[in-house]
Amino acid sequence: MKVVVQEAAFDPYKEVQAFQESLPRGKHGGVVSFVGTMRDINEGVDVSTMYLDHYPGMTEKHIEAVCADAADRWDIIDSLVVHRYGELFPNDPIVLVAVWSSHRAEGFDACRFIINYLKKKAPFWKRETTPEGEQRWVEHNSRDAKAEVADLEEAARTA
Amino acid sequence: MNITVRYFAGMRDRMGCSEANLTLDKGSVTVADVWAQASEGQPLPDSTLIAINMEYTDADASVCEGDEVAFFPPVTGG
Repeated sequence: MKVVVQEAAFDPYKEVQAFQESLPRGKHGGVVSFVGTMRDINEGVDVSTMYLDHYPGMTEKHIEAVCADAADRWDIIDSLVVHRYGELFPNDPIVLVAVWSSHRAEGFDACRFIINYLKKKAPFWKRETTPEGEQRWVEHNSRDAKAEVADLEEAARTA
Repeated sequence: MNITVRYFAGMRDRMGCSEANLTLDKGSVTVADVWAQASEGQPLPDSTLIAINMEYTDADASVCEGDEVAFFPPVTGG
């Protein structure tokens, strides 16, 4: 498991490739990845830049806990999470979640679980700036991650 | 009892600082006591999340000497 929270921009596809090269060859049957990127609109309002605040230390701790939880629930080989903080621009990757597993079902389930729980637990906060220079804190994520988490917990119980 | 209080995002704006050191006289202290002293009696906004030493908790939790107590709005990462 590797969790990185960084201010610098990153190329998620290079991160996936570099991490995969560190894994034992021939053991995994696939990698499932999710890359979250910044949109230029939110709730009908144009957004020109975004600032991501975080709680250093607590953020890493809770993402690591979510990855460990996923590894307990599903038969996966390894996971990688990279998350930005600081100033972001439209199209910038915000987050990468990648999961290596022997079989695809575990990879898809674990990847979805990690991003859903990360959104629910990891202490990050988005502040958007409009083209007119107005700033506002985003009060909640647009999708209801709770509902997706509930679905997954049900799926895990019945797996 | 000496503790550190930290605020993030909109809570930092509201409190006007990101961190404060508090001294509480009581022997038994909860998060609610910490908030009451730090905010000078303001009500705690309903949606506020609380952490002690980087673990989520609630307003009834006990606080110990040297703890770091954080108050922040719902998280919006990912």
